[in-house]
Amino acid sequence: MKDELILLAHGSGGKLSHDLVARVMQPAFANPALDLMHDGARVEAAGARLAFTTDSYVVKPLFFAGGDIGKLAVCGTVNDLAVSGATPLYLSAGFIIEEGFPVAALERIVASMRAAAAEAGVSIVTGDTKVVEKGAVDGIYINTAGIGAVIAGADISPLNARPGQDIILSGPVGDHAVAVMAGRHGLKLPATVASDCAPLGGMIGAVLAAVPQVAVLRDPTRGGLATTLNEIAAQAKVGIMVEEAAIPVRPEVQAVCDILGFDPLYLANEGKVIIFVESPYSEEVIAVLRAHPYGREARVIGRVTAAPAGQVGLRTGIGGVRLLDMLIGDQLPRIC
Amino acid sequence: MKSRTREEERRLAAFFRGEIARLATRPVRLMEVCGTHTVAIFKAGIRQLLPPEVELVSGPGCPVCVTPNEYLDTAVAYSRQQGVIITTFGDMLRVPGSSSSLAAEQATGADIRIVYSPLDSLAIAAANPAKKVIFLAVGFETTAPTAAATVLAAEQAGLTNFYVLSAHKLVPPALRALLTAGEVQVDGLLLPGHVSAIIGEEPYRFLAREYGVPAVITGFEPLDILGAVYLLVKRIAAGEAALDNEYRRVVPPAGNPAAVAVLDKVYGEADAAWRGIGVIPASGLAVKAAYRRFDALAALPVTVEETKDHPGCRCGEVLRGVARPADCPLFGAACTPERPVGSCMVSVEGTCAAWYKYGAGRWQV
Ligand code: SF4
Repeated sequence: MKDELILLAHGSGGKLSHDLVARVMQPAFANPALDLMHDGARVEAAGARLAFTTDSYVVKPLFFAGGDIGKLAVCGTVNDLAVSGATPLYLSAGFIIEEGFPVAALERIVASMRAAAAEAGVSIVTGDTKVVEKGAVDGIYINTAGIGAVIAGADISPLNARPGQDIILSGPVGDHAVAVMAGRHGLKLPATVASDCAPLGGMIGAVLAAVPQVAVLRDPTRGGLATTLNEIAAQAKVGIMVEEAAIPVRPEVQAVCDILGFDPLYLANEGKVIIFVESPYSEEVIAVLRAHPYGREARVIGRVTAAPAGQVGLRTGIGGVRLLDMLIGDQLPRIC
Repeated sequence: MKSRTREEERRLAAFFRGEIARLATRPVRLMEVCGTHTVAIFKAGIRQLLPPEVELVSGPGCPVCVTPNEYLDTAVAYSRQQGVIITTFGDMLRVPGSSSSLAAEQATGADIRIVYSPLDSLAIAAANPAKKVIFLAVGFETTAPTAAATVLAAEQAGLTNFYVLSAHKLVPPALRALLTAGEVQVDGLLLPGHVSAIIGEEPYRFLAREYGVPAVITGFEPLDILGAVYLLVKRIAAGEAALDNEYRRVVPPAGNPAAVAVLDKVYGEADAAWRGIGVIPASGLAVKAAYRRFDALAALPVTVEETKDHPGCRCGEVLRGVARPADCPLFGAACTPERPVGSCMVSVEGTCAAWYKYGAGRWQV
């Protein structure tokens, strides 16, 4: 369409985002590494197998329960590398700052980036700072890119999803989005609700070391669990069936969702991983996850099926089955 | 309901399923009247739990869906007038009228504001004394009392620039029209819990008495709905027509007399046009003479374009329960939630939107 304009919903991570990327960016830049459309691209340089990724962070508010834009910018990129089957090594950090932004707030953000990088075992080795006129951005935007070394023996790709595999989720969904949303609207939340924002490189590395047979790794960020599973089903041309009763959602998070009319399955997470593995290995994967502080509530939530290809079904609490579609439109803008 | 454990819910669901399968010895068609039920049924995958003998069809119970083009055209015409602010629930924005929509008018500069409660319109009216604020009063018995209370509050506050454009509709007369037309054979009805919480049981008694159709007032949890289907199938198997109230925990038999009193003070019954159904006698609410100065149509002159219907759209038949969304050639192709052609795809409670979103025809029939 000639007069079509970019809508906020094009950035939601849902169906519109996908259509836009598939229609505009993908054909223009097409190459084998990009076409896989994984969270991080796998590339080779001077004989080394590397994972490479980038992401921009425009969250509002900048500070929320459990984290801030700086922690998010480090963890998000670290996690994209980790779910590519790589050990995260080096990050870049680009700042676009609005004129008038308090230096003290920048210091807080940078300190939290340093802490997150230390925990993740990565170094921020290059960066860039731009200041733009008041109103040109909302406070501060951060872009991070990262490089990691692909773990020997790991073969991670959404195309590896095969019928019969178990789908494991590392913990409850929706915490991050609800914490951010509450921060934005000044909602009082129970102290137990905070963003799950965390660097997962260590935990995922431990899983891959114990069970190299892991086939697919993904972190359910924008668009949430539902959209992430849809992406995998579409790419691998398999069906997916998940059990509503098995998907952990904190009651406090569910309560906020009920009030605001959100579905936790579509809410962004910043410290969760989805793992596909042949079922004989799932117990071991879960044991490794549960041994880690970020994976205490890991469990099998569903299975890969042969049909219907490209679609995700949900077995509901009372035993019915329905489509679990990608997010249409925008549930929550700017949360990661 | 919420206090039951998941295990108890599963057991109860299994019991209802088993009983429904045992009792449904001949094909029956049950209509869920209410859009909220339609969405809940699809969201919980309930159709798939029922034996092939039990068919659920969706009825005309989405207020946005049944609002005819003419009303939208009127709202659009007002939005084009100088100094007018339109306040509305979000769903109305994208519904296509004859040649435009409120969203399209907003994009070209009309002052249209989304409110979550009609009362929010009063603050807007107070803050903009030189402008006329028109609230699009759409909804069934559930929302109408709040709109009525808003008119009373506007009077109390001495506001002279607040108006309602009423398209409120009443559920029982629409049920009568559907049963009288007999276009779709209905063996039982699932009645909306929230509407019933206002009007109580009495207004539905005619269903069993005059038409011999059993009906159940029910809530919106999956188990409420499954339980209501069970009650209907049981009545049908026993050859009884009666009204059951499965939702006693929310719906008192006498409804909410205070809300009804507010409603009666401001609004009176009037004939109303329903999309796809036509004019149903005494099925709408019009502002009473005493409050005429708050009635946009009476107080503010407006010229409305000629009504045109969308070629190809089968919303009318979908709303009457005669066609399924999949029967519409536009469904899922030219008409999707991102680019809706008809009202049933726009509204989150619309039948076409629910079919699309929850994959009817793919995971369930
Ligand atoms: S699919 Fe679209 S056009 Fe067809 S009946 Fe439904 S809303 Fe109307």
